[in-house]
This record gives sequence, C-alpha cells and structure tokens, in this order.
Amino acid sequence: MLWACILLPQLALDSVLRERDDPDTPLVLIGGATQRRVLQAVNPAAARLGLRAGQTLMAARALADGFTCVEADPAQVEQVQQLLAAWAYRYSAQVSLHYPRALLLEVGSSLQLFGPWPVLQARLREELDALGLRQRIVLASNPVAARMLANCHDGLALSDADDTRTALAKLPINKVGLPTEASEAFTRMGLRQLGEVLGLPRDALARRFAAGVQLHLDQLLGLRSLGLEFYLPPDRFETRLELNFDVESHQALLFPLRRMINDLAAFLAGRDCGVQRFELHLEHVEGPDTVLKVGLLAAERDATLLFELARGRLEPLRITAPVRNLRLLAADLPAFVPQHQALFDPRAQQAQPWEQLRERLRARLGDEAVQGLRAEADHRPECAWQLASQGASGTLQAAADSRPGWLLAAPLRLSEADVQLLGRAERIESGWWDGGDVRRDYYRIETREGLRGWAYQDLAEPGPLWLQGWFA
Amino acid sequence: MGAVVDLDGLLDQRRIWRGRQTQARPLGLQPTGHAHLDERLPDGGWPAAALSELLLASPGCGELQLLWPSLARLTAEAGRVVLIAPPFIPYAPAWQAAGVDLRWLSQVEAAPADALWAAEQCLRSGSCAAVLCWPERADDRALRRLQVAAETGQALAFACRPQHAAHNPSPAALRIAVDTRPAQWRVLKCRGGMPPAVPIASRRQG
Repeated sequence: MLWACILLPQLALDSVLRERDDPDTPLVLIGGATQRRVLQAVNPAAARLGLRAGQTLMAARALADGFTCVEADPAQVEQVQQLLAAWAYRYSAQVSLHYPRALLLEVGSSLQLFGPWPVLQARLREELDALGLRQRIVLASNPVAARMLANCHDGLALSDADDTRTALAKLPINKVGLPTEASEAFTRMGLRQLGEVLGLPRDALARRFAAGVQLHLDQLLGLRSLGLEFYLPPDRFETRLELNFDVESHQALLFPLRRMINDLAAFLAGRDCGVQRFELHLEHVEGPDTVLKVGLLAAERDATLLFELARGRLEPLRITAPVRNLRLLAADLPAFVPQHQALFDPRAQQAQPWEQLRERLRARLGDEAVQGLRAEADHRPECAWQLASQGASGTLQAAADSRPGWLLAAPLRLSEADVQLLGRAERIESGWWDGGDVRRDYYRIETREGLRGWAYQDLAEPGPLWLQGWFA
Repeated sequence: MGAVVDLDGLLDQRRIWRGRQTQARPLGLQPTGHAHLDERLPDGGWPAAALSELLLASPGCGELQLLWPSLARLTAEAGRVVLIAPPFIPYAPAWQAAGVDLRWLSQVEAAPADALWAAEQCLRSGSCAAVLCWPERADDRALRRLQVAAETGQALAFACRPQHAAHNPSPAALRIAVDTRPAQWRVLKCRGGMPPAVPIASRRQG
C-alpha cells in the first residue's frame, strides 16, 4: 500500500480566493471575537502591504488600507474539503479526511490505471491548480508518515518502509504530530530529531510518556495501523455560493456559475456518472427563489458543455429582483455513457456530436425547438404527420408525387377565378371514429404564377376551395 | 519572370479559367440527382462544403423537386439533414415517398433572429450533412458566415431566398434561380466555371 498525502496549507484562504475574480487585490481573512479581530490569513498582495497573519485588525488598519476583509467561514472550508474528497475519489477508492486540511489517498492500487507516480502526481497538481488550491504532496508507505512528512517536504516520494523510516528520522521532533507537552519534553531532553527518539529503548519511553506517544510513533513507522474513516460519496450534488452583494445582471452571475459547474463536473467525474437535470436557484433578499431548471436529453458531464447550456437558459431569464446567493442542485445523476466513436469514422472531422448540438440548440431556442418528423398511418393530411423527438417513417406508403411536400399550417381560402384545376378529384373520407370526421375532394391546382398546390372542397359544407399544401 | 509556375497547380486552384472544358472533372462528390443539371455544373453537383443559394420565384415553387434527390441520398447514407425554421410544414408522407429517411431529418423551430444563429451552429458542428434555411433578411455578411460555417463543418448549406435578392452580390458558391413559368432552373453563378447560358428545364410532374 502506498499512501499519498495532499496537504492544503492555505485551504481557508484559497477557498475564498477561488470564488473571487480579482485574486490580485489585497485580501485578508479575519476571525476571533468581535472586540479583538485577528488576521488569520493574508494573500500575497496583502503581504506586500506589510500585513501578516496574527496581527490584530486594528494594527492592520493602521499599517495599510485598501484591503478587503473576509470573515473566515469554517462551513465553507468544510464544503471545499467534501468537494476535494469527491474529486480525489476519482483516483482512489480509499480517500480519508482524517486530518484537517489534508487528503489521504491510497494510490498503490491506482498506479496501474493512472500510470507511474510522477505522472499521477503531475496530474493531481494540475487539477488542484485549476481548482485554485495550493498544495503539498508526499508519497509514503503509510498514511501517518505521509501526513507528517508533508509538514516539511513537498514532492517527496518514498515507496518502501525503509526509505520512509530514513526520511522520518530526519524530521524535527516538533513537526511529527506528537502532543505539545511530549515534543517539548523531548526537546528539553536534547532530542531534536525523530531519529534520536526512535533510538531510545521502548520500555524506557513507555515508562516516561503517555501510551498515546508510543502508539503514534508506531503508527508513524507503520508498525501499527491507524483506523481511518473513508470517504463515501453522496448521491446528490448541492453547492451554494454567497455572493455577498446584490447582482442584477446576467453577466455578473456567469463567473460564479462557471465555478459551480466546474465543481459539479469534478464531482461527476469522481462518481463516474453524468447529470441529466439540475436546478439553479437564484436566491433573493426577499421573496421566493427564482428557479432555473436545466434538463438534458442525455446524461452529460463535460464542464464546458454544461456551462454553455446553463448560460443559454440563464440569459433569456428575466431577473426580477437582485440575486444574493446562488445554489446548484443536482439530484438526478444517472450513469454516464460516453459517446461511441468508431476508429474509422467516415466523418472523422466531426467536431461536435449531434446530441451536443441538439442540447445547445434547445438551450437557446427552447426545449421543444428541435424535433424530428414522424409519418403516421392516416389519410387525413393534418393527421398524417407528427412532431416527435425522433423521426420515423410511417407504414402507409403514399405514391411518389401524389402528396405535396409542404403543408400549410392552416388551410387558406382560394377564389376559384385565380386558379386552374388540374385533373380529377381525389376523395379523402376518414376519421369518423375519432370525431375528426373529414369528407373532402382534393384537387391539384395551378395558380397564375405557375405554383402547384393542393386544395380541397369540403363536402360537408360545399363552398370555396381551401388550399392546403404546395407541390414544391 | 523566372519563376516556373505549374499549370496543373494553377488550374487546380482555379486561378485560371479554361474557356472550353476539355477534360471532364471527376464526377463531384455531391450530385444533385438531376443528371442534366449535374453535367452543367463545374463540380458535377452541389459545391461540396459550401453555401448554395436557391432563389425562388415564390415560396413553394419547386425547391423540393430540386433538393429531394440530394436529401434522399444524404439521409440514406445516415447523414443528418436539418431544416431551420421552414416556411411550411414538411409533409411527412410526401418526404418519405420522395425517398428521404425521416429518421435523419430534423426540424428546428427558431424565431427569424435566431434562425441564422441556429443554421450556423448546425453547419459548424460537423454533425450535419445538409442544412436548409430560409433567411429572411440575410445580408452579405450573414451569408458569408454561413459559407464559412459550411466550410468548417464540411456540410452542404442551402439558403432559400426570394428572387429579388438575385440582384445583390452573394458569397454563395452556387446560385440557382428557380422559375415557374416556364419551369426551369437558371444557374446565375457557379464557382469554378462559367454559368451555363441556357436555362435548364426542370421536369415538373403532375
């Protein structure tokens, strides 16, 4: 078993920064009691102003101005951790959030699929960078060692227990996760590195320190195993984003929307499923939410596509009141079946499959905009065709050129003087069983301009000719 | 003037027009299905991956007779044909009788403002074999967009427009006017050759 630890040293700050479109402006995270607000984290731009974590807000305001203060929100950090676990689940079946701000992944069994460790590591880093999170990654032979080595190292890869032990021996004693009093006691005894502690006889150590110390040291070396709780992915996706200011234009909603949809796509890829319909709730200060439903004909999980579809539905929406929060809900998560593509596809340049194109058209033009045509076995012209999601041929074969190619939506009254009847009448008499009784004599006609049409005379109410189609 | 220019290259690029077509081009990829029309067209059919313009005396005056054989051939080869906002309802039994496989025919309802957008999307996607549209007020720029989209997606684009648009220049590779009295097709422009001077009689049944 090989364990990777991904340590996110600035998770709280990064989870705030990733939701803002101006990461280069000075920003600080504040926390603590109302009387004594303390800076918890600062971004590089704020650090250049001379601000440091641990300063009081009063001191910071005296030093500089023009920085943004954001309240630290543990719930948000927790949400990002859950999202990260879902993301990491894509690469390993054993993902644990045992330590705060860190992910533990068993990767030994994943390397077969994702290639050797350097490749997988590069991929993990790339995707974390895309999510806007800084990271330190260490590979070791047991989870506790991986977590503690990540305190001092980045990019270290130790695949067997001996190497891990050697690297652990060089760790400073206050960085190995021992209780504070134990590490202070070791320091006072003149033991500065873990290797020196490990050199001590076990029984002497057991007599002087609490049982937890020996247990932790054994877990570090992999002699005893740590009981980890593994992450189990939920079967629905929900995320909420507080905008903290009123948004009235679509344009300003697109940036947070893209972020949410990227999260959704990361979740879907981790679960190996797609999304068929999701809801976007625009929460207002007062009044009910505006709910935007996005439905797809087939399950999809491509972030770009989903974003484009959601955007297509969002843009025609009238936003009645300013939007304060955004919430994305996806409960229907069917299995995702990727598009089948043959190696020797006759249309190899096919850039976008028809299913995607259809979704894109539906997103902008409406759900019913794209239709197929189905021929029905009925002699009445208005009943002989049907719009359907998938076109199909009918069983009733009309003789070639006996029916017009274009049908008028509603029959048009013709004056007899303008047209010339060609040939004899064809009687269509049908539909007595369903109330749409029809008794008509159909003629081919030609207008003065030379257009050929299809017109009928209603036998029930004899009168003028009604034009119903064009032989185009 | 020392540069030697390859004559075949020039002919292939169509920078030189040959007065008399001595050697027949290999028969085009997209025959119209009307043999007497195909032999007059320089590509032996519709210009592949390009916009063709049909200039109609009035809507319903014979555009389907002209197009049906091509659409039947494309759908039989499992190519998708999309109608963008047709002016009338395509009457399914007649289309079926003309040989069009309805499984591969799709219809897109769009407001006039969105119709050009939809046509461009369909053409550009590369998943459609032919796209028919009825642009109402298409200017030179809109048609050029369609032409470029057809090239990108390697699709046949057909724009049906009223005949008075014939006076305006157009970037379409082929322009055919459809007349009713007499029933004939006049090729107004075809890329890569002289348009035939004589109108071509369209056989109209019925």
